[in-house]
Amino acid sequence: MIDFFFLIPIAIGLGLIGLASFMWTLKNGQYDDLEGAAARILFEGEAGPLPEKRYQGPAQADAKADAQASRPA
Amino acid sequence: MSCCAPGAELDLHNAGPSADEVRLASRSAGDDLRRSDLSVPDMHCGACLHKIETALGRLDGVSEARANLSARRVSVLWRGEEPPPMMAALDKIGYAAHLFDADDDRADPVLSNLLRALAVAGFAASNIMLLSVSVWSGAEAATRDLFHWISALIALPALAYSGQVFFRSAFRALRHGQTNMDVPISIGVLLAFGMSLFETIQHGDHAYFDAAVSLLFFLLIGRTLDHVMRERARQAVNGLARLSTRGAMVLKADGTQTYLSVDEIEPGMTILLAAGERVPVDGRVLKGRSELDRSLVSGESAPQPASEGTELQAGILNLTGPLTIAATASAKNSFLAEMIAMMEAAESGRSSYRRIADRAARLYAPVVHTTAFLTFVGWMIASGDAHRAITIAIAVLIITCPCALGLAVPMVHVVAARRLFELGIMIRDGGALERLATIDTVIFDKTGTLTSGRPQLTVNADADGAALAAAIASHSRHPYSQALAALGIVSTPIAFDEVTEHPGDGLEARSGRTIYRMGRPDWAATDSADATVVLSKDGKSIAAFDLADRLRAGASEAVAELKAAGLQLNILSGDSTARVDAIASRLGLAGTAAARPADKVSAIEALKQAGHSVLMVGDGLNDAPALRAADVSMAPSSAADIGRNAADLVFLRESLAAVPQAIAVARRAARLVRQNFVLAIAYNLVAIPLGILGEVTPLVAAVAMSASSIIVVANALRLGRSGHNVREPAHPDAREFAVEAAE
Repeated sequence: MIDFFFLIPIAIGLGLIGLASFMWTLKNGQYDDLEGAAARILFEGEAGPLPEKRYQGPAQADAKADAQASRPA
Repeated sequence: MSCCAPGAELDLHNAGPSADEVRLASRSAGDDLRRSDLSVPDMHCGACLHKIETALGRLDGVSEARANLSARRVSVLWRGEEPPPMMAALDKIGYAAHLFDADDDRADPVLSNLLRALAVAGFAASNIMLLSVSVWSGAEAATRDLFHWISALIALPALAYSGQVFFRSAFRALRHGQTNMDVPISIGVLLAFGMSLFETIQHGDHAYFDAAVSLLFFLLIGRTLDHVMRERARQAVNGLARLSTRGAMVLKADGTQTYLSVDEIEPGMTILLAAGERVPVDGRVLKGRSELDRSLVSGESAPQPASEGTELQAGILNLTGPLTIAATASAKNSFLAEMIAMMEAAESGRSSYRRIADRAARLYAPVVHTTAFLTFVGWMIASGDAHRAITIAIAVLIITCPCALGLAVPMVHVVAARRLFELGIMIRDGGALERLATIDTVIFDKTGTLTSGRPQLTVNADADGAALAAAIASHSRHPYSQALAALGIVSTPIAFDEVTEHPGDGLEARSGRTIYRMGRPDWAATDSADATVVLSKDGKSIAAFDLADRLRAGASEAVAELKAAGLQLNILSGDSTARVDAIASRLGLAGTAAARPADKVSAIEALKQAGHSVLMVGDGLNDAPALRAADVSMAPSSAADIGRNAADLVFLRESLAAVPQAIAVARRAARLVRQNFVLAIAYNLVAIPLGILGEVTPLVAAVAMSASSIIVVANALRLGRSGHNVREPAHPDAREFAVEAAE
């Protein structure tokens, strides 16, 4: 009987971790463009499978543009 | 007809949105950034996505371009006063793009809710199942009780969260004195949970937590798939080019010009309408001469002249010259608003249709609930044991819970919608599919539906005459001239001393002493021929050109196929009798011409009164009320915005073959739904006696429910599998790859 006190919480805990990570991926927009994400893995460059954080400040955006411009083509 | 060169059709729809319109449609995205959403329907693969992002990212002022391949959409963040030339950049690399209204998009909250509910139900169902397996294998009493309690603890929040989808809908239905499928589902799930909790407290050996939660899980799968398909259709339709304007350039009293949105335009304002723009609100021409394309508004396919005093309805396309217009009505009193009011009136005649699942639920719920009640009474009389009688009655409810029935219809509809999607046909909901399967009459609009919407010039001339005509035509922006010039028959450049345009009449060209005239027959030639345009040399006609409606691709085949399927076909058009008769006789159909929007609605109402079930296929603003009035409706993707929104199905490909294809899929789907009902009823015929006899243990319930669901789903999938030979047309890139690979 004592085994249950370890095993069942572990089993349910694992399930809960899975559930929580699914909820996180859903909220994070990872299912917004499944076809696109599959294609993006083949591109060189910095673009990740997820959109970069939107509404970034102008300073950040410019820094990014500079970085891109200075990169050899 | 001596030749019928391709490319001689009038290209009337090539105007992109102005910079002002792009700006009006964009949204602020914090700081000085603005965000525009573009729909790019031709984006098919990863390479397209990359090309589009790179091309847009290179433009000045663009800070980020992010393409979404699933939604075929690009969202661009840009800064500055003027929007960057995004459409032009995309056009250059070969992708047509349309502005997309950012506001009516954004993440779909219903889908996220359904997915979350599905995830919670899935988690709960799998964990409870794990515990249940050990109970079924004969766990000792203490372990069983512990597992029942743990199951109860998992099931309670799962039901409270995931069950809401069904409980809410059931509650709404009950409050309006109706039943739907959600009512027996909710009752079954809640009773199963309540009884199991009671059993757990009483240390009983049977608890149905697994049945209650896995039932929710299965049904939520069906519900989510249903929603995903419908959402996909909605998005695809929303992504089409918007044909009504967002705004117009208004000339103020002090001489300044401002771009106002349509809602801000009031009667009496002066509007400057450039060539290629659509009339924003009803108005009257103050100044200027031009040609108008009324095809979306009235169904007339031939361009018509406009001059001072011409009355304009909102939605008319201005083709050739700039016009100054006085607005005579605000947007909410314009032609468009009139059509919307008629649509609402027509809608009321249609609400009587009840979906097949709801009709089944109306029979199903009383039968099941009566059976459960009679079981309870029977066992009370037979054994006198109230606890036992209640347990068995609830077991009957659980095993008859419409798991298979709840999946029977949505699964078939989802697979059918998927088939249609592959064929380039978007369907709005399952109800439309059911109605489509029962139609016996098809009514077509002519312009833009049976015809391609771009009239074609046919040439009655020898090569010299045609070359001469093309050379003269290249001096004018008139749609006829552009179509002629596009013939490209100029072999050697022909020079004229002088070319003058006579608005409303035609073109006059002088070469030495010879005077050529091309235009209206009675103006150009003394021996006037029976044609749309005549080319004359010194008053003698040497070439004639006819404007003929060009049939939409696949129109004759589609009509023949529909006739063979035993359907009655009819044309109902707003165009002139001569043009309608020409098309009608080519297709071998009966046609009614000069039908106003109200006439179309009343013709359809009359057919419905006579007991027919009507499919309306149309594209114009003037068809919108008729699309609503018909039992079910289809529109091509080139249709006016409200026409597309009014239609139950929208087909994206050019070919009219979509109509017989959609009907065939709908009929097959209807057959499968009936089969699924038979399967579900057969299942119940076996299960109910078992339940009444008290033989249903949780194990039997779990096995029976899962098995019946799987059978029903497998049967639905047959629709997707057969006839899979229709493929999407090959993507240009794919061909390039194929060529490279071959080398």
